[in-house]
Amino acid sequence: MHRFANPTRFLRLANALLPWLGVAAVGLLGYGLWLGLLNSPADYQQGETVRIMYVHVPAAWVALAGYSTLALASAAFLVWKHPLADLAARAASPVGAGFTAIALVTGALWGQPMWGTWWVWDARLTSVLVLFFLYLGHMALTNAFDDPERGGKAGAVLALVGVVNLPIIKFSVDWWNTLHQPASVLRMGGSTIDPAMLTPLFVMAGGYFAVFAVALLLRIRALYAERRLRQLRLSLPDA
Amino acid sequence: MSGFLALIGRDLRLARRQGADVAMTLAFFVVVVALFPLGLGPTPALLARIAPGVLWVTALLAAMLSFDRLFQQDADDGGLDLLALSGLPLAVVALAKAVAHWLTTGLPTVLLAPLLAVTLDLPAAAYPALMAGLLLGTPTVSLLGTVGAALVVGARRAGVLVALIVLPLTIPVLIFGVAAVEAGSAGLETRPHLLLLAALLAGAVPLAPLAAGAALRQAVE
Repeated sequence: MHRFANPTRFLRLANALLPWLGVAAVGLLGYGLWLGLLNSPADYQQGETVRIMYVHVPAAWVALAGYSTLALASAAFLVWKHPLADLAARAASPVGAGFTAIALVTGALWGQPMWGTWWVWDARLTSVLVLFFLYLGHMALTNAFDDPERGGKAGAVLALVGVVNLPIIKFSVDWWNTLHQPASVLRMGGSTIDPAMLTPLFVMAGGYFAVFAVALLLRIRALYAERRLRQLRLSLPDA
Repeated sequence: MSGFLALIGRDLRLARRQGADVAMTLAFFVVVVALFPLGLGPTPALLARIAPGVLWVTALLAAMLSFDRLFQQDADDGGLDLLALSGLPLAVVALAKAVAHWLTTGLPTVLLAPLLAVTLDLPAAAYPALMAGLLLGTPTVSLLGTVGAALVVGARRAGVLVALIVLPLTIPVLIFGVAAVEAGSAGLETRPHLLLLAALLAGAVPLAPLAAGAALRQAVE
């Protein structure tokens, strides 16, 4: 990992990976949407509405993975003080917030026909909303200081504090009675979902993760360029 | 230990001499609670129904008002640097600050709450749960607020920012605090909710000062 704390080496790797990830994102999302929307069975209870699962569930997975990325980058920044880890954390939070918003909105669109309501204040929905607020708080805090270094460190501590929310989200459906269905993919005793539905779900998840990686790398690259620009401008003699 | 107690004593002395700060927080608590009967109409049944939520939410908001000053004054006059050099671990400094904050804003809020509950027609059976819940919940809020206050030292618009950061983290306290009062007014068992509040406090006492100490370390570097 320390090898890639060197920005030049990291950017060379990122630039090499980006086209492949971009192709993977477009290809997997296209194939997954075709599978999910056209070439998979309707649910015996939910009917065609089950297809919302293929856009909702991967978004929720990436929302959680995005926060894990943010927390890992923050820990790396606090421990080793790699500036690149700070950039990765700053890059991760708006992307993660975006996927959390997608999960919340598609969940509401699914809840309306299935539960008869757009929103319920149960444990799963509330804890994901808290995740969204944590992303917003992290974005606000990192940008609230005149010294970007100080903002990055404060944001890193906040990101680590917010990790307590992750297990709450994961286990909220088991600990409390809720309208949201319990874990059905990653559970003891195997998945309860039929392979005909599991395949499009995993293809879509692959596409979502590829989009997340592309957005993350593009943002890190942009933030790095921005910081370089700032340094160059500060090093110029007053014009 | 003596440094810990001395720091609490100093903060209490400061709070006593600048009494207006504490009084303003409590006045905010009273005024906002008084707005609800005026805004929703004075039907006793409705007020009794919303009383737990109104009291808890307002207590949280009142606490938020006082967090931005918790470390900022010390950072402005250089006191924070002296505390960092004092040899006292910054986590202990944060714990002392949290204790002092709770004694000056949390405890008065707990004592005021039953008076305000009377104006909202809360059923008599709910008072023990309200008091016990606030006694267990407000220290957790003070501890979480200390983390937020340590993070925003030197930030622009720190007052709004600390509320944005801390309020989502206080949601579990709010949920179980209100649940305890509602169970009390319905004549149900309040113990499980109070135990969960106690568990949150037991988790926050060791963890929140560590996080706040780490945040203070970044602030004084």
